[in-house]
Amino acid sequence: MKIQEADAKSLLLAQGLPVPPWKVARTPTEVEAAAGTFLDKGASRVVVKAQVLVGGRGKAGGVKLASSAAEARDVGSKILGMDIKGITVKKVLVGAAADIVKEYYLGAIIDRSISRITLMASAEGGVEIEEVARQNPGAIHRVSADPLLGLLAFQARALGLAIGLRDPLLNPFVTIALGLFATMKANDADLVEVNPLAIVAETSSDGSSTQRLVCLDAKMTIDDSGLARHPGLGALRDLDEEDPTDAQARKLGINFIHLDGTIGCMVNGAGLAMTTMDLVKRYGGEPANFLDVGGGARRDTVAGAMELILADPKVEAILVNIFGGITRGDEVAAGLIEARAQQTRDVPMVVRIVGTNATQAARLLTEASFETATSLDEAAEKAVALSKGAAR
Amino acid sequence: MSILVGSDTRLVVQGITGREGEFHTRASIAYGTKVVAGTRPGKGGQTAIDGTVPIFDTVAEAVRQAGANTSVIYIPASGAPDAVLEAVDAGIVTIVCITEGIPALDMIPVVEAVRRAGARLIGPNCPGITSPGRAKVGIIPASIHKTGRVGVVSRSGTLTYEAVQAMTDAGLGQSSCVGIGGDPIIGTTFLDVLRLFRDDPETDAIVMIGEIGGSAEEEAAAFAAEHLKGVPMAAFIAGRTAPPGRRMGHAGAIISGGSGTAAEKIAALEAAGVRVADSPTQLPRLLLEAGYRA
Repeated sequence: MKIQEADAKSLLLAQGLPVPPWKVARTPTEVEAAAGTFLDKGASRVVVKAQVLVGGRGKAGGVKLASSAAEARDVGSKILGMDIKGITVKKVLVGAAADIVKEYYLGAIIDRSISRITLMASAEGGVEIEEVARQNPGAIHRVSADPLLGLLAFQARALGLAIGLRDPLLNPFVTIALGLFATMKANDADLVEVNPLAIVAETSSDGSSTQRLVCLDAKMTIDDSGLARHPGLGALRDLDEEDPTDAQARKLGINFIHLDGTIGCMVNGAGLAMTTMDLVKRYGGEPANFLDVGGGARRDTVAGAMELILADPKVEAILVNIFGGITRGDEVAAGLIEARAQQTRDVPMVVRIVGTNATQAARLLTEASFETATSLDEAAEKAVALSKGAAR
Repeated sequence: MSILVGSDTRLVVQGITGREGEFHTRASIAYGTKVVAGTRPGKGGQTAIDGTVPIFDTVAEAVRQAGANTSVIYIPASGAPDAVLEAVDAGIVTIVCITEGIPALDMIPVVEAVRRAGARLIGPNCPGITSPGRAKVGIIPASIHKTGRVGVVSRSGTLTYEAVQAMTDAGLGQSSCVGIGGDPIIGTTFLDVLRLFRDDPETDAIVMIGEIGGSAEEEAAAFAAEHLKGVPMAAFIAGRTAPPGRRMGHAGAIISGGSGTAAEKIAALEAAGVRVADSPTQLPRLLLEAGYRA
């Protein structure tokens, strides 16, 4: 589960990381008020940043500076409602614009190939790390936390030294790196990124200038499997950016991802569900969704899944592919028959059920005059043909 | 011989009294697997599966009193990491964790503890292992198998059944079928299983079923290029049409930062001389084209 910058910053702050203050605003008036607060406190400019769960918002014009509250209102009204990669901006983050001396990248990921948490840092901050990895992989430095002891201070120090930090900023970096690791652990995150981690110049009340490291942006994703034990984190799910079907799928306990095609798919098992999509494509169609009904799906789950598929007006044909192991074919067949009796829209369907109780399933489906298929390839081919027939 | 499980497997079922545990234990026994014990803390001394399997409070007792050497775990995600560690502590050498939905960060120290103890963990979030004609540990349906000499390794469940069924239909039997699991942190990788198949005198050909996410298929391809020359091998990679940045059901099936795509994996495998199928049903034909004769 991805969470917004503002929420990620709150989680970093909770672990003691240095994050400059911010406010979230949902209307131009709120932007103006928030900007006024920061300007009154001595900021010379404010930054207004779109809160969306996709990268590249800066390039899309979703990050702007303003020198007055009125200008902030103006900028805010342009960003709010803006479309960034198909997502409408519904809120912005407002904060004092920092006087940036230098930008770094710091991130923590789950490194699958070695089964450890790896911290990555680069002196080339402020740009997408994937871009750095492509152009100048040598600029990314890594340390992997001990699987039993965690990230150790000397490792964090080595990382700071590798990106060129020295006294007096080295120790603050170590604290930040350890805090980043702690944030990951405390929230079951599978990714935490601070980009940029910046050296900023600040003027003290006596007029002298100091430099310190602060987290200017934050990106975080939470391991879905960890959500159950962090009830508070579930509330950070941004319903503004969810496909409305996502919440329904969660309630049904199925994995559903809405796509752009015309052939609705219902499959048991994630690997087989992906394969079914791939075969639809191979036979000239486009999948409308990824749908894994899970192991041991009962008839009400099947009926609910069918409703989800049919809710997509682009769906012209449906392909049901079940390889029964724990899942019983006759349960699925009964669910399909029930769903069809209730559905308001008639869409051609091809059903393939093999494995556990496939014979009983076949009898039920034949009696209810469903179109069936024996092999996966045949099912995909038929579904594509049915969708084309429907389009004509 | 087969790998990981076979005629010498003496299985303890951790969580034998649960719905899944009981159902699949019956199927394992029906297949001929030696199920010597079950565990359910607090019910030690009772029996399960119609009085045929003794229940112990701990895995250690199951090892001491029933001679268990392999365990399978059907315990909810909150207790599964502890169950793995208990099995390691009791001296179990092969631990198969079926449980889905364990937080990845929980598995990091567990995988390390298993490694340090010299034990082997399969999974989590996996369908288990079948060595046809010898033992079935986990949830893979018995009916799809045929005894033979093709080793199958996969990250998936039902997709594996699909591929194995296609092979059985084509008359190509299996030495062992290993589901390694769809999570980001797993105990045994493609690479580990390829090593075991290479060293198994009863495995003559290999089928590998991968999917998007991570780089385990690429690592396996590099191994195959160097160490499996002359071994007929075919592969299938699921997720050619998967959109980037979305988790496709399995926690580990995600294209992130543009890497982990099916195209990359297919290219790596083909470069290593592995034939890659467009559909799982093509796998038997590709094995034959690679020179395998059952």
